[in-house]
Amino acid sequence: MSTTDMNTKANTTVLEIKNLSTEFVSKRGPFRAVDDVSLELHAGKTLCVVGESGSGKSVMSRSILQIVDPPGRVCGGEVLLHRHRTARGMGEEETIDLLKLNPKSSAIRNLRGRDIAMIFQEPMSSLSPVHRIGDQVGEAIRLHERVSKKEARERTLELLRKVEIPRPEKAIDQFPFEFSGGMRQRAMIAMALACNPTVLIADEPTTALDVTIQAEILDLIRSIQKESDMAVLFITHDMGVVAEIADEIAVMRFGKVVETGDVYEIFENPKHPYTQRLLNSVRELDRPSERRLAMREKRPVGEPCLVSDGVRKVFGASKSWFKKEVSGGLVAVNDAYLELRTGENLGIVGESGSGKTTLGRCLQRVHDVTSGHILYTNASGQELDLAPMSEGELAQPWRDIRTVFQDPFSSLNPRMTIGQIISEPLIVEGKLSGSQIRERVYELLELVGLPASAFMRYPHAFSGGQRQRVSIARAIAPNPRIIIADEATSALDVSLRTQILDLLLDLQERLDLSFILISHDIAVIRYFCDRIAVMYRGRIVETGDTEEVCTTPKHEYTQSLLSAVPVADPRVRGQKQRVRYHEAT
Amino acid sequence: MTAEIDPRASSQSPEDFASQWRLIWFAFRRHRLAMTGVVIVLLFYFVGAFAEILAPYDPNSASSKDIYHPPQMVHFIDYDDDNGWSFGPYVVAMNAERDPFTLQTTYTESPDEKIYLDFFAKGQPYELWGIIPMERHFLTTEDPNQRFFLIGADRLGRDMLSRTIYGTRISMSIGLIGVSMSLLLGLILGGISGYWGGRVDMLIQRVVELVISLPTIPIWLGLSAALPQDWSPITRYFAITIILSLVAWTELARVVRGRFLALRTEDFVTAARLDGCRPRRVIFRHIMPSLVSHIIASVSLAVPVMIIAETSLSFLGLGLTPPTISWGVLLKEAQNVRTMSQAPWLFAPGAAVCIAVLALNFLGDGLRDAADPYAQDNN
Repeated sequence: MSTTDMNTKANTTVLEIKNLSTEFVSKRGPFRAVDDVSLELHAGKTLCVVGESGSGKSVMSRSILQIVDPPGRVCGGEVLLHRHRTARGMGEEETIDLLKLNPKSSAIRNLRGRDIAMIFQEPMSSLSPVHRIGDQVGEAIRLHERVSKKEARERTLELLRKVEIPRPEKAIDQFPFEFSGGMRQRAMIAMALACNPTVLIADEPTTALDVTIQAEILDLIRSIQKESDMAVLFITHDMGVVAEIADEIAVMRFGKVVETGDVYEIFENPKHPYTQRLLNSVRELDRPSERRLAMREKRPVGEPCLVSDGVRKVFGASKSWFKKEVSGGLVAVNDAYLELRTGENLGIVGESGSGKTTLGRCLQRVHDVTSGHILYTNASGQELDLAPMSEGELAQPWRDIRTVFQDPFSSLNPRMTIGQIISEPLIVEGKLSGSQIRERVYELLELVGLPASAFMRYPHAFSGGQRQRVSIARAIAPNPRIIIADEATSALDVSLRTQILDLLLDLQERLDLSFILISHDIAVIRYFCDRIAVMYRGRIVETGDTEEVCTTPKHEYTQSLLSAVPVADPRVRGQKQRVRYHEAT
Repeated sequence: MTAEIDPRASSQSPEDFASQWRLIWFAFRRHRLAMTGVVIVLLFYFVGAFAEILAPYDPNSASSKDIYHPPQMVHFIDYDDDNGWSFGPYVVAMNAERDPFTLQTTYTESPDEKIYLDFFAKGQPYELWGIIPMERHFLTTEDPNQRFFLIGADRLGRDMLSRTIYGTRISMSIGLIGVSMSLLLGLILGGISGYWGGRVDMLIQRVVELVISLPTIPIWLGLSAALPQDWSPITRYFAITIILSLVAWTELARVVRGRFLALRTEDFVTAARLDGCRPRRVIFRHIMPSLVSHIIASVSLAVPVMIIAETSLSFLGLGLTPPTISWGVLLKEAQNVRTMSQAPWLFAPGAAVCIAVLALNFLGDGLRDAADPYAQDNN
């Protein structure tokens, strides 16, 4: 591997992006998604492109191979592939400008997947559901190289082994639906590696995955890179992932690269104010909010007000038409015991499919519960069991326990104005007159930091963060006591997350609220919550003080979860011991 | 406190304040074909509404000397003998000659004989919408005793243009009325099916499948054969619309159910439930507004199906019958080979069916594309 070492040391530039611009033509005129971007990729190195949603990082990566969806088009610049500097080069000078090639020509098709390969964010949709894994990976080989079917199959097996898919002999003939998200992403990587590409473009490859799986995929990419001296262009919004994998960083904002540099340099000494802010908001999230701690000093946590006592929820246990017996079904929540005290923030953390959202919905009785009690103590001190109540009886508890939804886009009715949306619970309650409701809505808008002009506007005029504020205003409209926030910040950019969480804390102080925050993101929970409950496969495996659980986790699963969370500091890279947890089955 | 605004996007556009309907209109306006469709459809309904004024003659007034009279050209500039000219629309009269051996009638133009036409001249008296007595027609002969045939005459010497115009009224309205009835059925049954789901859904969907599985033509035939022959034309007309809509509601019911199923799981519907809304308010205040645009689109696509259905029924002689005039009834006249060779203009109502159905389809397509303005936001 002498050439590899040479390349790494020599910092060989294999792909050069010069003044790349991409435009989207819309009815309001052209929109520059990528504006004059220049980057360099070096063999054996990882360049991380960081930026918030809409910063143009994805479009930039797609422009390289000219696979931008219309109405977008590359309108300027050069993308130079220095082929002679790669293992594939014949020694003589060979530089190809990818943007000069016709996007439909066979010349560029030959490069796609062979010299430059790509992996995408959604492992669920980037594999064809009707073809076997082996065929899909094998196709990538057969497209670019003349090999027999048998040979291709052997190479595929080797690739699957390389990406650490267990039992490759069996996996090769399986269909994508038989794979979990992490396994699919591994298969995607195998496909991308099929022809030993010089450049790998990874567009948020771990965003859709759980942290524990994310850590494994990152390990995998790193080890493959070491072996084959690949240049990696890694696109992400997560500073933790950047600290884990990057050699160099490019920060993008509004289509422009605002800062580039070495990973240590940028993390320790960011120059651009935007980079500074981005890093600050990440670091802020990783420790308890001082605001919250100060607030608890003044007003200590009170008695339990919402208790889930042995709640069990089984999905799909259908009663048959004639017999009245219950059969099968998926146990989403298994005998959950949990209590929320007044004036407290309780966090529920867990991976996707762990049942945390279902538990949240059961607590509010959006779902029926299969068995168990939900004990709610109302303002007058009366204890009610929500579990057996009908929708009519739930009207008052539903005014006391409110929800902030995860998706700021689907949770607001696009056909109603912001004013109508926020006033809906007040209208239904029927206690206030029309003008009083209007006044109250203006008051609520101010409370959540939205301008009064929002009243007449429709949701489509607002960004994700603003919509989440609307959602919060709707939640606090009927003077609730408890708010269940289900991944309320997950769809938002990092810099907005702290803003929304601070807003919630602010409201807690003013309105005397208790929160249940459901999240997969430990950092968010650590910032916001006093106590934490860790869920795994429908069970609550550990509860306790947030700091206590985060620093000295008792349950093995909690340990593995915490050890997988990437830390936004490149210095500690590789020092942490990762714990893997597999439940005995 | 709020994040900086992206300098590339100008946010203060009127679209931010635009309601759903305005957004639909913005999207629809860009669809050229659909806009053409709208104009044509409106024109058809206008013709249908003012059939009495627009038709030059009473559609039932026969004239024995004009049997299978061919179409005539309208001339607008009238040249005098001494090369002067004046504006005055006229047609050249045609005289019938009968071949003494074959008894075949042929029409030849006699260039000296001009029949002058006039806008809003007095002609045969009529009652507009059966109430207002009038006698002026949009375009008719100056001399009430003369006749002209822009698109020819049928076997009884009745003016095809007048008959087609009167047919527009019945044919276009049967589409609307039929669809509104099937819409009612479809909305209620589809809505119940989609919102509550479970056994009700199961039952309604099996009924829908049953109705869809029935072969339509024999069912229509059977049902209309069951209509008593002595019913007045107007009762028969309503009976036929009911028959048509009884078969057509299934498609709408499925569309509505599908949308309900999709929307029921949306977060904003859950939010409405948590706001304390009762099912009726959830359905009508929160779900329905999202459906209306889709419903309008499917209605505009269902109207042409109705028109075709009525035409085919009447063509088979089982739908409307003379003296009611619809396009289908008129086309029944063109059923034999003799007409095809001798009087091809009897197919004129067929062209009307074609144009109307195409225009409605374009309109429906455009509406369907525009119906979800939010779907295009990402582009």
